[in-house]
Amino acid sequence: MQLTNRSIQVVKKELTLSERLYFPAIIKGMLITLSHLFKRKATVKYPDQERELAAVYRGQHVLKRDEAGAERCTACGLCAVACPAEAITMESAERKKGEENLYREEKYAKIYEINMLRCIFCGLCEDACPKEAIFLTDRIVPSSFTRGEEVFGKDLLVESLTERVDVTKRQTPEVLSFKNDKKHKHNQTYLDRKK
Amino acid sequence: MLTEYAFWLLSFIAVFSGIATIISKNPVYSVLYLILTFFSIAGHYFLMNAQFLAAVHIIVYAGAIMVLFLYVIMMLNLNQLEVEKRSNILKMLAVASAGLLLVILSGAAHTADALHVNPNKVSPAGMVEDLGIALYRNYLLPFELASILFLAAMVGAVYLSKKNLNETQA
Amino acid sequence: MTDTMLIYKVILCVLVFAVSLGAAAYMTWGERKLAAWLQDRVGPNRAGPLGLLQPIADGIKMIFKEEMIPTHSNRWLFILGPSFFMLCACMTGVVIPWGAGWQMGDTLFPMQVTDINIGLLYLLSVVSIGVYGVMIGGWASNNKFALLGALRASSQMISYEVAMGLALIALVMMTGTLSLKEIVAQQDAGFANVVYQPLGFIIFLICAFAETNRAPFDLPECESELVGGYHTEYSSMKLGFYLFAEYINMFISSAIMASLYFGGYNFPFQHELGLDGNLLTAVQTAVFFGKIFLFIFLFMWVRWTLPRFRYDQLMNLGWKVLLPLAIANIIITGFVMLFTGKLG
Repeated sequence: MQLTNRSIQVVKKELTLSERLYFPAIIKGMLITLSHLFKRKATVKYPDQERELAAVYRGQHVLKRDEAGAERCTACGLCAVACPAEAITMESAERKKGEENLYREEKYAKIYEINMLRCIFCGLCEDACPKEAIFLTDRIVPSSFTRGEEVFGKDLLVESLTERVDVTKRQTPEVLSFKNDKKHKHNQTYLDRKK
Repeated sequence: MLTEYAFWLLSFIAVFSGIATIISKNPVYSVLYLILTFFSIAGHYFLMNAQFLAAVHIIVYAGAIMVLFLYVIMMLNLNQLEVEKRSNILKMLAVASAGLLLVILSGAAHTADALHVNPNKVSPAGMVEDLGIALYRNYLLPFELASILFLAAMVGAVYLSKKNLNETQA
Repeated sequence: MTDTMLIYKVILCVLVFAVSLGAAAYMTWGERKLAAWLQDRVGPNRAGPLGLLQPIADGIKMIFKEEMIPTHSNRWLFILGPSFFMLCACMTGVVIPWGAGWQMGDTLFPMQVTDINIGLLYLLSVVSIGVYGVMIGGWASNNKFALLGALRASSQMISYEVAMGLALIALVMMTGTLSLKEIVAQQDAGFANVVYQPLGFIIFLICAFAETNRAPFDLPECESELVGGYHTEYSSMKLGFYLFAEYINMFISSAIMASLYFGGYNFPFQHELGLDGNLLTAVQTAVFFGKIFLFIFLFMWVRWTLPRFRYDQLMNLGWKVLLPLAIANIIITGFVMLFTGKLG
């Protein structure tokens, strides 16, 4: 069955004299490589020079705090459900008295882990989150020597009080409008299928 | 003086490696010793100022023929057992032909005049120009006959290999 | 030969040796740089400015790596292989005239270690025995891949030596001498030999690629089929010798091609410049190295352009194309010499 009209029929035909001489083809090939000698190099000299990331680059996740510094996550589990790679696990706990400044909602995530080796950085967790708690940032996940180190817990995911992580860069008008319309059709069908 | 030392050294290497060629159990060693023999003989040619002969000796014998020998031995991976399988008749024939060669050589050595080579005087006999003139003027017919002999051998070799090819295909 | 001359020759010998080793070292750097540039990359640039200290770093790495001799290998031959290969690579430099000569007082110090009157044959013989290094090393490793690499090397060398020798015969017929010094001197008077022997040069060039085991003829070490070819089992500086000798071979064959077909150290209008004798020699040597550099560039350029030949294609090219062409070249040269009356 022909899938596209781009396929080429392979014909084993006799070579013409100029083809059998090899030399025209060799010279042609050598001129091609020579032209590459003068082309701009594709290399980004990494330690000296860093690659420009796209505005919507999706890197390491962050669990946001609100303006007062309380964690926004309420451990609803929607991100874990939405995750196609099943990289997110969490365990919820009830907020005790006197912890109001730590957790915004009455229920919070006691354990929240993302396996960075499983994560495909699709950003569905961010779309699924009803509390604007999880975001993907333009930070690159650091490499490590063991697999265990790549499972990031809350210590690595929750932003620190002093150094807030800026997530506005990714929130382009398109992204925001998408988030406003959480009942997007494909999202719904996806969740249906998941059941 | 230096020449004399070089002569003795080369002669020692030639005789030693010649004997080692025969007594080595491993055919690869035999070939390597034979190559060493060829090198020392080429050195002798140099001492006699036959530079052309020395160079051609190395190119043809050490550089081509022995490479093919080594090639075949490595390819077939001959070991001791296979070598010892020769029949007694073959051994006797080999001894007889070697004896004949000895007789011929001693006969030739007996009748030939001893060649007096003066290493201090440059003799032109081994140089390219003189050798070329000798081969292509004085000995043209034997030279060409030898080349025809080689051609015949080559055609024969090709024919033999072709015949085998047909049999295996059939 | 006077004592001064003897000392001079020894110095020149050491110099040629050092220059070919140094050139080979920097050719490894050049090869990596050029490969990178042809592939739109940057190449080594960490060790020193432009990565110029890279060969030294590589050399130190090679020396300090662990030396391994496989248990079932043949110990002596295993060591002999790379040593012999290196020896043969270094031996060829002595007959190449690197320049006309230095005039010091009354004596002329030639820029050639020795001018034997069979210079060309000497080159051919050293090239032809160079393959033993590969064969011995490959066999002594007691490894199937190494053995196959060695067998490929030997059959390839023998096949291409024939066409190479025949291509040279046409040149020798024309020049009437086997001495490299005279061949170069003759090209001072007339045109470079490549003008008269274009076909011979192309055959020689292709054979030079094959004899130095360079791509597209690098079947003996063809890593996609034979792991590492003949040097699969080698490590440390013994491997370094094999790799290094290949570069020396490349340097020397570039020098040979430059002197046989491209006028050696001569360059057009050199006598019209009105330079002093010694100054002219210096310029000539520089020009000669420039020509060598261009050939080395060609070697590398071809390596990073053309894919490797298949084994049967290699044999077909050697025996069925280059050999008849070389013989035809001899016959044409003979006829031209006969009709133009250049016959001696």
